[in-house]
Formats: sequence, C-alpha cells, structure tokens
Amino acid sequence: MAERSFKKEVEKLRLGEGDEFRGEGILAVTKGLLQAGVSYVGGYQGSPISHLMDVLADAEDIMNELNIHFETSASEATAAAMLAASVNYPLRGAVTWKSTVGTNVASDALANVASGGVTGGALVIVGEDYGEGSSIMQERSHAFAMKSQMWLLDPRPNLTSIVDAVETGFELSESSNTPVLLELRIRACHVYGRFTAKNNKRPDFTLQDAMENPNRDTSRIVLPPANYLHEHEKLTKRLPAAIEFIKSRKLNELLGAEMGDYGIIVQGGLYNSLIRALELLGLSNSFGEAKLPIYVMNVTYPVIDSEILDFARDKKAVLLVEEGHPNYIEQELNMILRHAGSDTILNGKDMITDIGEYTSDVIKRGFEKFARKAGLLKDKTFSASKFPPIKVPDRPAGFCTGCPERPMFTAIQLVEKDIGPFHVSADIGCHLFSILPPFNIGNTTMGYGLGWAGASAFNKDAGKRTLSIMGDGGFWHNGLTSGVGNAVFNQTDNVLMIVDNNYTAATGGQDLLSSMGDHEKRSTQHDIAEAVKGVGVKWVKTVRTYDLVEMHKTLLDAMTTKLRGPKVIIAKGECQLNRQRRVKPEFNRAVLAGKRMERDRFYVDSETCTGDHSCIRMSGCPSLTLKENPDPLKSDPVAYVDNSCVGCGHCGEVAHASVLCPSFSKVTLIYNPSSWDKIKAGIRAWVIGNFQLKAEKKRQKRLEKAGLV
Amino acid sequence: MSRISIAIAALGGQGGGVLSNWIVELAEANGFRAQYTAIAGVAQRTGATIYAIELFPENLIEKEGREPVLALMPVAGDVDICLASELMEAGRAVNRGIITPDRTTLIASDHRVYAIGEKEQMGDGRLDGAQVREALKKASKKLVLFDMDAAVQKTSSVISSVLFGALAGSEALPFEKKAYEDTIRKSGRSVESNLAGFNLGFQNASGTDQHEIPTCRKGISMSPSPLGDRIEKLPAETRAIATYGVHRLVDYQDVDYAHLYLDRLEKFRDIKIKTEVAKYLALWMGFEDVVRVADLKTRLQRSVVVAHEIRAAEGQIWYGHDYFHPRFEEFTDILPAALGRAMAGSSVMRKIFSPLFSKGRIIRPKTIVGYFILRIVANLRFMRQRSLRFEMENRRILAWLGMVEKYAENNTALAMEIAKCPRLIKGYGDTHARGINRFSRIMAAIEKEEKITADNVAALIDAALLGEKGTEFNSLIGTEEIDNNDSRQGEFTWAGSS
Repeated sequence: MAERSFKKEVEKLRLGEGDEFRGEGILAVTKGLLQAGVSYVGGYQGSPISHLMDVLADAEDIMNELNIHFETSASEATAAAMLAASVNYPLRGAVTWKSTVGTNVASDALANVASGGVTGGALVIVGEDYGEGSSIMQERSHAFAMKSQMWLLDPRPNLTSIVDAVETGFELSESSNTPVLLELRIRACHVYGRFTAKNNKRPDFTLQDAMENPNRDTSRIVLPPANYLHEHEKLTKRLPAAIEFIKSRKLNELLGAEMGDYGIIVQGGLYNSLIRALELLGLSNSFGEAKLPIYVMNVTYPVIDSEILDFARDKKAVLLVEEGHPNYIEQELNMILRHAGSDTILNGKDMITDIGEYTSDVIKRGFEKFARKAGLLKDKTFSASKFPPIKVPDRPAGFCTGCPERPMFTAIQLVEKDIGPFHVSADIGCHLFSILPPFNIGNTTMGYGLGWAGASAFNKDAGKRTLSIMGDGGFWHNGLTSGVGNAVFNQTDNVLMIVDNNYTAATGGQDLLSSMGDHEKRSTQHDIAEAVKGVGVKWVKTVRTYDLVEMHKTLLDAMTTKLRGPKVIIAKGECQLNRQRRVKPEFNRAVLAGKRMERDRFYVDSETCTGDHSCIRMSGCPSLTLKENPDPLKSDPVAYVDNSCVGCGHCGEVAHASVLCPSFSKVTLIYNPSSWDKIKAGIRAWVIGNFQLKAEKKRQKRLEKAGLV
Repeated sequence: MSRISIAIAALGGQGGGVLSNWIVELAEANGFRAQYTAIAGVAQRTGATIYAIELFPENLIEKEGREPVLALMPVAGDVDICLASELMEAGRAVNRGIITPDRTTLIASDHRVYAIGEKEQMGDGRLDGAQVREALKKASKKLVLFDMDAAVQKTSSVISSVLFGALAGSEALPFEKKAYEDTIRKSGRSVESNLAGFNLGFQNASGTDQHEIPTCRKGISMSPSPLGDRIEKLPAETRAIATYGVHRLVDYQDVDYAHLYLDRLEKFRDIKIKTEVAKYLALWMGFEDVVRVADLKTRLQRSVVVAHEIRAAEGQIWYGHDYFHPRFEEFTDILPAALGRAMAGSSVMRKIFSPLFSKGRIIRPKTIVGYFILRIVANLRFMRQRSLRFEMENRRILAWLGMVEKYAENNTALAMEIAKCPRLIKGYGDTHARGINRFSRIMAAIEKEEKITADNVAALIDAALLGEKGTEFNSLIGTEEIDNNDSRQGEFTWAGSS
C-alpha cells in the first residue's frame, strides 16, 4: 500500500463527456490516458510521478473494466521495454518515471524502440525532478529526445493543456511512427486545477488481439541491415511527418500581442511563470494578455524552423526562455536564424541565468534586462523590499520518527568507534540521508541499486573492508545482479547491508517483491535472503534493525571476520511511516472498542539529563528534541521526547549500547486496563507511595533545617 | 488586485497539504477559482517545503470569458498571505522575499521545531528566536504570531487546524468564520478536534496581544537559618545562584555539605568570579552518581512530572522501563575509597564482576521490586562522602578552585575562564570520560603554559564543545586525546588527577 491512497480520487476517472474534472495534475494525466484509449501502462515510481503510479495502482479496477493492462515495472528499463508492444501492433501504450535518472536507466530500450519506430502511439511521461526540492543531479531530459530522436512535449502547466498533450501525443506518435516524451515539471505534476472531461475509450484493437494474431516485421528490429534503414527513415520520413502534424495541429501557440518589435519564445511549461513575471512588470494582465507577442513551444523537440522564422521576422529581438543547461534550443534557434540570414537578435542565456530553476523571479530579472535594453521598460518598475537575511537553520531531510534505518547507522557509528572509519558506498533511497547530520556516513552514491557496484574496485586485500548499503527497492531494481551477482562472480571480500523495510520507502511506500503484506494483485513475500543465497552468497545474516546490540555485533563480525568472500547483512524492519499508517487507526479503533491496549513511548528524565546530546548525535530522531533545562544552574538545553514518539525503542538501545546515560525510559501506557491491571497498580501505588512519602518527609525536613522551605 | 496569492511554509509531515486542501475547498465553495501546488519530494521527510495557492474570483473569470494564468510558486513581492507552521520557517520565508511589508499578512507559529544542526551540538546550539520575531514584525504588513503548538496540545488537534483558525481570525480572506468551519466539517475527518484547534487559532488571531512572553523561572526564598544568614552576606549578584546551589547540595547531601560549599565560595572576592564559581561549584559538588540518579527516580513527585510529559490521561496506568547500564566503574565508585580503588585496580576483580555489568538493565521504578532496588541505592547517600568517586571529584574540585584562586587577584579574566571550564564535564559513561579528558587537558595546559591568556582558554572551551571527535580541539591544544571509556585513564595529569 502506497504512502498516499487515491482510492477516493480515482472515482473521478469515471467522469464523462462535458463533466468538470477537478484534481491533481497527475490524476488528470491518468484521465487523459483513459480518454485516449490506451491499452497498457507501466512505469517505475519516483518523485514527481510517484503519485501517477499510485493513482494507476488504485485505478486498476477501472482500467480492468476498460481492458487496460497496468504493470508496476521492475525498473524504468522494464517499463521502456514494455513499449515494444506498440512496435508491431496499433496499441497505444504509456510508461512513466522520474527523469532524468529514470530515463538514464530506460535509455537502452528507448533507443531501440526509437530506432525501429512504432505503429501504435507510444508515450513516455517523464516527471522532471529539476530545481527546488530536487533530489537528483541537475540535467535535462531534452538530450534523450535529441539523441534517440523522440519528440518532446512540454505543455503549458494547466490541466486542459496537459490532458490535451496526452491525447495529441499519441496522435503525433502514430502519425510519425516515433515515441513521444511528455515532460512534466514537478509543480505541474502536483498542481490542483480543472478541465472538461471526455468519455473514456476502450481500445479498439486489444492486447488479446495482438497475442492471438501475432504480426512480425523484421524491418522494425535493430539489426543490420534494418538499423541503417532506421536512420534514413528517422530523417526522411518520421521527422517531416512530425513537423507536418505539429504545424497543422498548431501544437505550438502564438499568444500575447499580435505584433511587436520584440517577442518572447518560451517552453510551454514555463508559460505561467513568464506571464506572472510580465504581470508584475505591468506588461500583461492576469489572463495572459501580454503586450508582447509570445511563441509558446508546447513541442520543444523538434523545433519547427518555419514557425521560428515567421515569428522572428520583422522583430528586432527575441528573448528565448529556456530552462536548464546546455541551451540546446538556443543553439538550434541561432542555427535556424543564421541559415536563413535573419538579422533578428536572439537573446537567451545571456539575459537569464543558465543555472537552476526558472522561477518567476528569475525570469523577471532576466526579462527586465532584455526589456531595458530594448527600451520597453524605463526604470525598475517594481522591487521587493530587501531585508538583511535572518539566521535560520538548515533543514535537511532526514529519517522519520522511529525509522528502522536509524539503528543501522548507529551500529555503523559504533563499529567505526571499534575499528576506526571505513569506506562506505551508499545507494539511492531514504538510507542516503545517512550522509547528512547527525550520522555523516557514506562516501559516494552511484545510482539506484548500485551501492555494492560502487565499491567493486576495492576488491583487494587490505586492513579494512568496505561497507556498501542498498535498499530493498534498489536491490530488486537491479542490485541483485549488478551488486550481489557481480560481487559473487568477482569474489569480493567486502560487506553489503541491505535495508529490508517492506516497501520502496523513499518513493512513497510502494510494494515490491519482498513486501510482507498480502497483495491481491501482486505476488509478494519473496525473501531477499533466499535471492542473495540463490546467486551464491554463503555469508548471509538477517538482523532485526532495532536490535542494536545484535546489529553492532553482526556488522563488527562481518567487517573483521577471517572468513573470506562476499558478506551480506539483511537489516529487517518495517518502514515506520507505512507501519504507523497501518497500525495507528487499528490501535485507535481497538481503544474505542474498549479493548485493553498498550502503547509504548519514550521519555527523557530531564533531571538526570545533562544536556550533552550524545543521544541526538547517535539517533537524530525527529521526536528526540530539546527543551529548556529545568535546572536553574544549567544553561544547556536537555533532551526531550515529544509526543510524536512511536516507541521504536532505538534511543533506549543507544543508551544501553553506548553506555550513554540513565535518563531514557520507555513508558508503557495502558488503555482500558483490566481489573487485574487495576488491582496491581493499586497495590503498587499504595506500597511505593508510603515509602515515597516517608522519604519525601525526610528530604523536606533536611530542606527545612536549611531554611529552604 | 483581484487575485489572492497564498504561500504556506511548513515542514514535511506537518500537514501543509491538508491545510492547502482546506483553503482550496473554502475558496471554491465561496466564489473563487483555486489552484495549488507543492513539491512533494524528499522534503516530505522532515525537510522544509513551500505550498503555493492562488485564488481568483469566479465572477471576473465569467466576465472575461477566459481562464486566468496562475503561477505555480510564490513570487517575491506578490504574496498576500503567508502561513508558517514554525518560527524559523517564517524567517526562511522572509529570506526568500515572499513576505513584504506592503502586502503580506504573516500568520506564523511562534514555537520551535529544532533542526538537527541545532540539536546535535554538545552545548546549546539553538538559534536566537528574538531576532526572527523582530524581523517578522518589520517584514510583514500584519503579523499574527503565537505558539500554535501549545494550542495543538491543548486541543489534541493538528497544527494545520490551528493555522486555518488563525487565517480565519486574521480576516485576511473575504470569508465568514462559518465558511471555514463548514470546510472542516465537510472533510469528515477528526472534525471535533480539528474544530477545537481551529477555534483556538481563531481566538488567538482575532485577539489583540497574541505574543506571550515566556515566564521567568521561579526564584527560591529562604527563611532565617544559618545558611540563609550566610547567603545574605553574599553580594546581590551571587545570592540567587548561591541559593540554588545551597538548595541543590542540601537536597543532594546535607546541610553541612552546603556549608562547605559556602566556605569554598566565600574565598572569592571578585563578584563576577564568585558568581561563576557559585554555579559550577554547586553543579560539581552535586555530581551525578548512581546514588543521585536512583534518588531522583524514586521521588514522590516524579510520577506526576512524567505523567504530564508523556500526556497520560487522568488516572491512566503506566509503567516506566528505565534504561540503566552501570559499568564496573560505577560499582567501584560507590564503594569506600580504599576498597573501591583496590577493586578498580584489580583485573581479577574486574573479571569476576564483569558478567554483572556486561549489558544494560531495565528497571521499572513503579513496581515494588524496581522501586526497592533503586531506593536501596539511593539510601547509600550516607556513605557517599567516603566513596571513591567522592574522593576523586573532591580532589578535582579543590584543584580547580585552587587554579581559579591562583589567578583571581592578578589575572581576573583568566580566572573567569578557568571558572567556566567545568561546563565541559557532564553526562555519564563515555560522555563523562570525554569531558574529563578535555577538561584536564585544558587544566594541564594552563599549569604548563605560563603565558596562556583568557582568550586562549575561551577558545579551547569553544573548541572542546564543537564535536565529539574533537578534531578542532585536538589541533588547537596540540595534545593527543586518549581514547578510552575509563575517565580515570583518560584524565591528563594535572593538580586534580589521581
């Protein structure tokens, strides 16, 4: 079960012709797919399209009604390869992933499908994780479109435009036999808005038709001589067909003023930010009636030469608003203008920064430069007041309250105290937060599932072993072969720790092969340890992550044992975010129903806490925080467990394992106590109470004598 | 302008999404077109994040016959309302330029969620909230600032409902209070607690003075007694802290021990030094040994304090499982000095007893057995002053006082810094050993280095508090850190070492 449930929202997918659809961008894309008569959908989750996968998973019933096959693919490569179904058959298919990382993984299959071309519409929906809040390297998906020749759609970020792009994307793909990329920026994926719905469409030609009546055409397969033919086809047939379609259907838009000496060319996805910038400069109103002509590239690849030349004609200068680096579009526009002998000036990255997200602020600054040079703006018409910066703390993402991964890294800290620091090869997943404070563990990360591969060079006899980390998500994505298989084959002597937390936690808690829960539509509960043994690892230990003592012991053993060969520790502990979502409502229901229930949470004794915060450095739990020292003689704040504590027990384990302090206490709260509970509690309170009273009297007498009462 | 731009600055997991949904529903039910977006990436995992909402009047859209172009993120100088769920996040919003004095109503919670960088410091790493409050006042057109976390606790709700209430109370949006309440009711989830949080938020925001000044700590007054008379004779600046000190030591040991404290204190003439010594001497003389810990954990009031902190319901049954990990050293520490020393020095004894101390223990002070185990240890107070630990600490205290005294007349600044040095010694186990190690190295450096200045010592104290690994401290002081869990072996040779 994913982090967010769309069970209620997916009912909106049943809306018909003329109904108004209101919802998140990602849900609208799904609706667009159903309206377009798609036959199959696949993908791999990751921000910002995790919700798309979650929506699709929750909409499986609706898709089954429409005879659509949906698959949560093992990786982006798997998803991309799925498009093979559209090569021979008139089947519309869509796949989705996080870009550029997912596109990197998928690019082998993408290049193949782009070379042979498609019969049915093939749509790749890439969620662009670029700019603020991004968790990956800052690159452009644009390069993939250019290198494999796939068309790239970048629609204006409103639901109507996005849903239209889904449908026209299929048509464009079919009319030019080329897969189409639909690029959605992160904010557009999550934008709430509305559009007018159409009826869902059952595909005319079905997957069953294809399976029962197979059709094959060797000229579509990438092998000589067909591969040479494909190159010809790409340039002489598919590209002209695409240009013709884009022009005739007016996919790119001319907006704003009809005429003017100066114009703007903008990627569709940046249109709203541009309009806001112009509005703040007094050059547009809220409805996009700009005082300059704007050419909106809803298709950013291929560039339509004739449209560019038409737009640039009779203009003194044109500003191109193109996000990201390198400036592929700017280079191409310059070439187009140069070849045509145009003397229109093209401005772009010389006016607007070439680094980072194009927010309205950034565009506004760049446009002001352009406009002042052109004489469109005289003075600074607008400026936000500047204040001296306030000192605020960095707020890096971190492990959730009660996260089972936290004890793994505490154990690593403890082992490092025992044998000194060692090299740690990290992976992709929540566990990568270990590189941040308070753990500061991890040297490199080379990609999803590549944790152990990232340490493969260190296959030498040395005084210390290396440790690699891998999540269960990365493990099933490719780590089993690229990491574990590789380590076995090349006889490494190093150590791998696999986080087995039941979900691909970082992408939003989707299920995977080793999930422990029952899943009606997927096959789960496949043991990671068995898989690891299956490819030949002999030294495999499974440890419950919260058992810090055992974890410490096992890791120390793995790092120092005389036994040679690859070693794998499987750290088991259910993702707490998902666990709480499951357990909390159950608990509350049981309490309401009057059942006797116990709840654990932790507590720090502020009278014995000395305010050194070792516990925080070894745990970093969000619920373990600070409060004012109640002791008037001490100024450093004491540790404090807030009410969000889920009672995982890690801080107590840390106090034990590293002999920290006697301030930690696990408190068990009893709800709906039984009579026996009450009797026991009564007797205990009575006996202890009497003694406490006596002791307290003695203490008071002492204080009285001192004149302190 | 007819458009209303709203930004929500929150931390992942604080319910910024829920709040956004409420605002969208509220606006759509009351004649506005709404758009909202957020970045639901890794920021969800406790990082800082911003939600953007834009509202546009439906009647204008109808009149124009076309859709407005709404922005997908808050733009500097273009935000009407900013809601911040935490004080520093409000500050961050100012830094981003999205709060402007000509336009923005800022509705922020005054409570703190400390960032890891603040929490992990060995001393006090909390950033100053006062500078943020000042800046918020200047940066915003209207400021609604109160402790929303307190309101959350009071009403068992969530911060988004308190923020929603504060938004209604601020009258920054053209909607009636009832419209807000209907929105919460319509959502159908935890309606009662959400409405309670909403109402408290509303009251706080519509009231005039929202900002509560944190209450000062209570002072202790003394009735006439020999100890009281002695404190009366101290300079006014020292009196309060010395009263606390006396209270601590009577509570910790007995009246005579408090007199000893004053004997030691009275030697100092300089008021500043005297006050500083008053604090650290009391803390050190009342060092945390197992007797003290056991005593604190078995007191009558403890149940009440803990019950409040863990939010146990009235009369709810609960049990604490207190984590202890006494080592062989803690055992020898409480033995009479000669015996303790002999035991601690004997590897045979260590071997015999080690199984007892190899792992952590859990004691339940609210069970009869648990209580008595702790109480018996607490009652060892009568022999504390003869114990090995007491002997060691006493020697250190006297040596430290001697060093402060040595410079008190001729080099007040240096004496002052030396007086502050015990700040480094705190905690138990490894933490305590590390503190003693660094403290003793500074003391040894002062003994050895004739020309050491107050600034040098201050820098050393700062460096010693910088990190557990002590890289900065080691390079500054130039002596090697001894890595050992045993504070006795980790202690450098100085006047106070055994």
